[in-house]
Amino acid sequence: MVFSERARRFFPRARFCFFAAVFFLLAGPFFGCTPHEPPADITIINGAEPESLDPAIITGQPEFRIVIGLFEGLTRLDPRTARPIPGLAKSWEISPDGLVYTFHLRTNLVWSTGEPITADDVVYSWIRSLNPATAADYAGQLFYLKNAEDFNAGKIKDAAQVGVRALDKFTVRAELTHPTAFFLDLCAFPTLYVVPRQTIEKYGDRWLMVRPLPSSGPYELVAWRLNDKVRLRKNPRYWDAANTQSEIIDLLPINSPATALNLYQSGQVDIAWDKNVIPVELLDVLLRRPDFHVFNFLGSYFIRCNVTRKPFDDPRVRRALALAVDKNRIVKKILKAGEQTAAHLVPDGTANYLPPDGLDYNPDLAKQLLAEAGYPGGKGFPRLDYIFDTVKVDEDIAVELQQMWRDTLGIDMELRGLEWKVYLGSLDRLDYDLARSSWVGDYNDPQTFLGMFISGDGNNRTGWKNPSYDALISAANDEPDLTKRAQIFRQAETLLVKDEVPVIPLFFYVGVNYFDTNRIQGVYQNILDDHPLQSIRKIKLLK
Amino acid sequence: MYFLKRLVVAVPLLLVISALAFALVHLAPGGPFDRERAPASPEIERNLKAKYHLDEPIWKQYCRYLGDLAHGDFGVSLKYRNHTVNDIIAQGLPVSLLLGALAFGFAMGIGLPLGFFTAARRGRWQDFTGSFLALLAVCVPGFVVAPLLILAFAIKLKWLPVALWASPWHMILPVSALGLYFAGKIARLTREGMLNAAQSEFVTAARAKGLAENALLFKHVFRIAVLPVVSYSGPMLADLLTGSFIIENIFQIPGIGVFLVNSSLNRDYTVVVGLSLLYAIVLIALNLAVDFAYTWLDPRVKYE
Repeated sequence: MVFSERARRFFPRARFCFFAAVFFLLAGPFFGCTPHEPPADITIINGAEPESLDPAIITGQPEFRIVIGLFEGLTRLDPRTARPIPGLAKSWEISPDGLVYTFHLRTNLVWSTGEPITADDVVYSWIRSLNPATAADYAGQLFYLKNAEDFNAGKIKDAAQVGVRALDKFTVRAELTHPTAFFLDLCAFPTLYVVPRQTIEKYGDRWLMVRPLPSSGPYELVAWRLNDKVRLRKNPRYWDAANTQSEIIDLLPINSPATALNLYQSGQVDIAWDKNVIPVELLDVLLRRPDFHVFNFLGSYFIRCNVTRKPFDDPRVRRALALAVDKNRIVKKILKAGEQTAAHLVPDGTANYLPPDGLDYNPDLAKQLLAEAGYPGGKGFPRLDYIFDTVKVDEDIAVELQQMWRDTLGIDMELRGLEWKVYLGSLDRLDYDLARSSWVGDYNDPQTFLGMFISGDGNNRTGWKNPSYDALISAANDEPDLTKRAQIFRQAETLLVKDEVPVIPLFFYVGVNYFDTNRIQGVYQNILDDHPLQSIRKIKLLK
Repeated sequence: MYFLKRLVVAVPLLLVISALAFALVHLAPGGPFDRERAPASPEIERNLKAKYHLDEPIWKQYCRYLGDLAHGDFGVSLKYRNHTVNDIIAQGLPVSLLLGALAFGFAMGIGLPLGFFTAARRGRWQDFTGSFLALLAVCVPGFVVAPLLILAFAIKLKWLPVALWASPWHMILPVSALGLYFAGKIARLTREGMLNAAQSEFVTAARAKGLAENALLFKHVFRIAVLPVVSYSGPMLADLLTGSFIIENIFQIPGIGVFLVNSSLNRDYTVVVGLSLLYAIVLIALNLAVDFAYTWLDPRVKYE
């Protein structure tokens, strides 16, 4: 059988088909393929593509900044300060021991689709986040409720035993295991947002694809296209809709900082507010401009020491390492965004707290401590192994540290740049000597930074165990008096960053965003770098 | 018959590819739910793994995957938990297909004439200029070309948008940036092919018979000369149609190329395997199409 003959007969038609296909491919975008959407009032570059928009599932800031518009908790964040203010609950009472919260819902609450929002919806939403079947990463945000952790672990099957109950249609009672100073902050956290039961029970994991999607917050979800955009429209049935400033908001996922800046410069977007969309190479130039804003942020950059390995089991060695780091040089030479050097772990400006002094740069004391530990001038000190994930900034910092420790202490360090997931695995298995680390607070309280270094905590990752530290953290969490509580935390942090030093804080992150204050109002700089959408508006220029 | 056989062979081939992709991505250290912050209790992680059956032995997971696949279900993304792999393909593939097809057209539209022209003017200044341009296009990578194009046409001249994917105007820069490399490659292949074909005996014979030079080049030489281009265009189209990570990233195009790369960094098992399969299917189909085109273009090639 010879194919060429047949093929030749076949191909005139094929050629026609080919040109027809090319024509339609080319013509497609001109006719109808692009959805005709009205322009947005505000367009925001929001960082990475959201992993999810389900409040129970999300874990990252780009997701929070969208979901904050779609759903609301009993409290919500003040756009200026990011402190909790009344949300779906108009008021609440707290028992004197701080263990029982009684919330009174507003009576005019409805979903964007018109059905009323009741106390049962609140209870349902919280239990749903705890339900093992939901598999929420952040279920821990609800472990402050009685029996919540056991319910999440499957040890208690009956949801009624969890410490949240609807007393009547408009009253919710929460029972806690400890007086939790930041519980009202948590009520404004997505894991505790109120979500639509009927839709979720009907559509399961696909519930966010339903249109119209019932929302409890100031905005409704109009469109969510992967790596394209999330479009929100004002929810006219939101209880505070009168104060929602903009009708339509587009949030664009942008991966490349250069692209983000280009879009902003060409006027296609109004605001860029994710740190990952700031071109680091241009920072020192950009930060001199009036439309670039830098502010303190609830995040720390630090080094973990693996105390299960010699010689890092000796606190003198760890202190020597900490004292030999000229943090100023790192901040000025590498970061350049106005970051503050850190002698302690909890960032300045954290609520309910006043941090202690830590260790400052003191090369002489560092040398002395190292000599006391048995390594004068670094003699006999093993070659140490520093791991970091392969990001340019982290690599630059690693190189700088390598040089400082060689010059001051005579210690040689090997740099091990690892792919992100490999790096996380090495941290978890304690397969390192020193490790680049960072932490961003989940809520505005010292507990989110200090709580993780208790013995055996999943985020400890240093092997450090200290009974007095554990006792202090536990005592602080049992203390209803905020001033006394702050003092106990301070004692604990002193132990952590000055005496024992399993972690070496380097600097505090800053938040950076850019928008023209003459054109955009209602984006405020706060320590959580959260920006409730309903307050944002474009100034209409008078002609 | 031959092509039917090829199609039948493709099925076990795809099975092997899926098994390999599945095994390799599971072997890579770390998992989809490893994050910088460990969950508040080990049970949370256990719940997550149970929900997505990651706690089962790997062969069982693979069988489950194949079972779903038989129903056309590629599974749920473990990173984008509200989306299935089918969603990701349905949303991203049309965009990547359009971008790729346009870039293919661009590459052919520039590469073939340029190759023909440089070969016809062999050894003269037109040849040197053209060949230099083709070489330049091949040597300068997309992540350099794209920002330069943006700088020139979007920022300085303000003729075209800097990024995004909304109107035909938005497509011009990414299509050019993506197609330029392939245009250079095709120009070089065409030129080589032309020069080789020109030395064939049948060309000498045709010339001896007194065929006009232009007719000779167009009708006879070119037809043989494009054969290397045709065989190259199979994998090239597969590359173009399944999206380009760099171009999609720079222009923020909602295609599938970004997922193809990021899913393995994220250990998004289902997306990695699903998109590998998609890539394999496209590649197999296009290679088949190339072989088919061969029989049409070159009477010397026959498949029994």
